[in-house]
Amino acid sequence: MSDVSALASLLGVFEPLAQRAASSPALPSIFGAFESTPFPNGVTHYAVGGALVGLGVAIIYLATAITAGNSTFLETTLSYVSDLPRFNEPTYVASRDWRVVLALSTVAGAGLYTLLLGSPWTTDVGWWRLAVGGFLVGVGTRVGKGCTMGHGVCGLGSGSRVSMVNVAVFVGVAIVTALAVAAAGVSP
Amino acid sequence: MAARHPLFYPIVILGGLVEGFGLAYSQMAKPEVVLGFLQLDDLGLLLVMVAAALVIGTAIFAGVAVLGEAPLTGNPYRRRLKSMDRTVLVGGAIFGVGWGLSGICPGAGYASVGIGNYPILVAIAAMFLGAYAQGYWRARTADDDGTSGTVE
Repeated sequence: MSDVSALASLLGVFEPLAQRAASSPALPSIFGAFESTPFPNGVTHYAVGGALVGLGVAIIYLATAITAGNSTFLETTLSYVSDLPRFNEPTYVASRDWRVVLALSTVAGAGLYTLLLGSPWTTDVGWWRLAVGGFLVGVGTRVGKGCTMGHGVCGLGSGSRVSMVNVAVFVGVAIVTALAVAAAGVSP
Repeated sequence: MAARHPLFYPIVILGGLVEGFGLAYSQMAKPEVVLGFLQLDDLGLLLVMVAAALVIGTAIFAGVAVLGEAPLTGNPYRRRLKSMDRTVLVGGAIFGVGWGLSGICPGAGYASVGIGNYPILVAIAAMFLGAYAQGYWRARTADDDGTSGTVE
């Protein structure tokens, strides 16, 4: 499958769903959760923010040919403190310095946003959800060879069928998990 | 290790700054917003992913089809392709449970620190623990490391 047709099919799947949900709130469907629109908080900041995320990754890619995901940082950084061969593969040791710089720059970029346009913000999601969820994210991203950025953005942007499968699985499972947690009365 | 091009780190920093700014601007650095998508209250995250994938997809297409090799590394442009095996499914499912529970993923987690969301450090520490546990477990079952399978 070519890059273009993969992207087109990706959009082709999502757009009709979104339009149907937007135009027919009374339609009996899985979109019953929506009040009147699937985007009650508008669309601009999502589209612009997403394009900027893609631009940041594209700057690095066009200069270096590296598709820089965010989760390999977890393993390569462990090579500073662990002797496990798993974390000390030559490619990991070779990339660990710039991956730390990338992660810190991501923190700084969000900090810049907060200084210029936003204000400091903290979550109300319970610490146990962050701890257990974070642990499983750490395991899952390493087992599955990528995260929301690696598979979800760079992989889908590459028209990778493997990434499409991975993203379909993790989005589907996450929706079921989040709905189950909400149904169990845990909020936020 | 070969010496890096002098512009390598400046480019990584620039890319990281734009990416982090975008993650904060899109509101995906807030777990509540991600959970709002996963509970089907607001499908905005879909737009974020599609917009980001379109931009990097265009860059990848241009790189592979037109540009040849990257100026700072001399490496050929490639699509991001991984091999297909059951670990892609198992890993995706484990990731999905964690993401649905916490509303945070690695990149958005780093950006979340930048918006002052210090409780997210719990999630990032846990991600390191999870990655370590996976590496430790995998080292002990090296005969089944999931790296077999065909490249698409």
